[in-house]
Amino acid sequence: MSIFVDENTKVIVQGLTGNQGRFHGLRNRDYGTKVVAGVTPGKAGTDVDGIPVYDSVKEAAAATGATASFIVVPPRFAADAIIEAAAAGISFVVCITEFIPAKDEAMVASVLRRNYPGTRLLGPNCPGIISPGRCNIGITSGDIALPGGPVGIVSRSGTLTYQALYELSQKGVGQTTCVGIGGDPVPGTNFIDCLAAFEADPETKAVLMIGEIGGEEEEKAAAFIKEHITKPVVAYVAGVTAPPGRKMGHAGAIVSGGHGTAQGKMDALREAGVVVAVNPTEAGDRMVEIVERL
Amino acid sequence: MDLFEYQGKDFFARYGVPTSTGELVRDPDSAVAAARRVGFPAVIKAQVQVGGRGKAGGVKLVRDEAEAREVATAILGMDIKGHTVHKIWVEHASDIAREYYVSFTLDRGVKQYLCLLSSEGGVEIEEVAKTNPDAIARVHIDPLEGLTEDEAARAVSAAGIDEASRTGVAKVLLQLYQAFVEGDADLVEVNPLIVKTDGQVHALDAKVTLDDSASYRHPEWDAYRADMELDGREALARSKGLNYIGLDGAVGIIANGAGLAMATLDVVSQAGGRAANFLDLGGGAGADAMANALEVINTDEKVQSVLVNIFGGITRCDEVAKGIQEALDRVELTFPMVIRLDGTNAKEGHAILEELLSDKIRVEETMVGAARAAVELAKKGER
Repeated sequence: MSIFVDENTKVIVQGLTGNQGRFHGLRNRDYGTKVVAGVTPGKAGTDVDGIPVYDSVKEAAAATGATASFIVVPPRFAADAIIEAAAAGISFVVCITEFIPAKDEAMVASVLRRNYPGTRLLGPNCPGIISPGRCNIGITSGDIALPGGPVGIVSRSGTLTYQALYELSQKGVGQTTCVGIGGDPVPGTNFIDCLAAFEADPETKAVLMIGEIGGEEEEKAAAFIKEHITKPVVAYVAGVTAPPGRKMGHAGAIVSGGHGTAQGKMDALREAGVVVAVNPTEAGDRMVEIVERL
Repeated sequence: MDLFEYQGKDFFARYGVPTSTGELVRDPDSAVAAARRVGFPAVIKAQVQVGGRGKAGGVKLVRDEAEAREVATAILGMDIKGHTVHKIWVEHASDIAREYYVSFTLDRGVKQYLCLLSSEGGVEIEEVAKTNPDAIARVHIDPLEGLTEDEAARAVSAAGIDEASRTGVAKVLLQLYQAFVEGDADLVEVNPLIVKTDGQVHALDAKVTLDDSASYRHPEWDAYRADMELDGREALARSKGLNYIGLDGAVGIIANGAGLAMATLDVVSQAGGRAANFLDLGGGAGADAMANALEVINTDEKVQSVLVNIFGGITRCDEVAKGIQEALDRVELTFPMVIRLDGTNAKEGHAILEELLSDKIRVEETMVGAARAAVELAKKGER
């Protein structure tokens, strides 16, 4: 099994006719993902390499039975695209768009919570989700993932998600699902959502978690792990050496007023029984040791 | 983007939030003239983007022209926690009856806005939170509903705001909320929010952080951006579209992705060195970005070695290696360079890098190994 997506997940790409949408949408299809439709207003009736394009998510979903959507649109259109997908009954929405204004993200979170509780948003500003060998929605390179489990990965950072996948794959340790939750201030899906799903997934035997400075999500995850997670967890938190008050690229990655430091997060995780590594390579090594003992 | 106080007050004024009018000046003569215009007693305030400027002597009351000249001369050029004062703000001194605190931010945990309002202003809010938490009212605001008049009134009474000032404070709360939302601010903080002896409520300070992602719908922010005082290299990097932050070590860092760049800083520190910068090339890591990054780091005299840490995902390693090759044709290296390249097509990438190897350029297999090598080279200080 995998979490959130599997080999039967049918995916719509919102923005399939754009450069990015075409590139990633077709890559996802090449990987074996069921990419069944694209949505671009005004382009209904056309197709992208055989994938039919519709004017709206509602029409695309009705015609194809898709339950997931991959949003690749510019920041100013992203909030509306997410809400359109939710309103059309899509239950899993992946939005990779970077630089969406925080106010738009907060508004989207509020609309989803009130009106569309059945829709899970992954992102924005995330690499997406890959269940190796089954489904890849987003921009992760399928080549670096290894099917077969037993490790679930959840990460706040894009390139470190790839790094984590690669570290494990190189050592012959496969993944059940790898979820990039993104580094924005208002992520649709957080560590706890993923940890709970991995705990419930019988195929996942251990979880690798990659955090970074800023916010309190890692501390909350630590508290959740302590209470609810029985599977081994290995964690790495990036940014031990980050100076306070400076944004390190991600809108979320900032140490302010002594809050959100990597050290504080690592201490909380260690306290919850998590194996805490000081760099991604060590995190991979620790996970390999755990998997060997399983 | 963090605004200076004078910019914050301009920002507030756009949304009707009452503030003191004043003048921004850069030399003592202009300060004296400005103080005369706003009227004595006046306050001279250093414009720096760091807290604690009052304690550092960067905010002073002046009663006449001689004092204004003396104080302006002392404050201009002053160093406040590493920030040199280039600009001062001159405003008429307010007759303060009471001081409060108010801020609006996004509470990420609950995905709603959070308003903090306290009857104890003029002091550090973190201190109040510790010593007298009951003096702070916390109000969550659903972005869809906004701050209603009723909620503002409730907040004001919960914070223990003086009865006579409640209507006035509630009104300013609504104005500040509008500035926070319509102005696309990540943070709006007023400390102190004052009640004057005549009963007027008024923002005496303004701390505002704007959401850079919303720049496209705020052309009026261009003026703020033009006034920013960036480290020369940070300005250069920004103009080249790189995400760069200057630090104080000797190992220059070039990585793709913010997370990997942060992790690179971490491994350099674990190897016993210190990074000279944070630099995220962004997704593509092509020749242009690489050449730009090398040019920026070349201007940093602290740098003794540079560590290039690239993970090829969508961008394959052979493409990245070609990019490095092309960048090196365009930029002359003034320091030794260690490259770690891993990910998709790593072998093909390394075959290309093989041709570049010299006494100045070496390749390491792993991130940790590369960090050790770069730190060692930095310590030798071969540059």
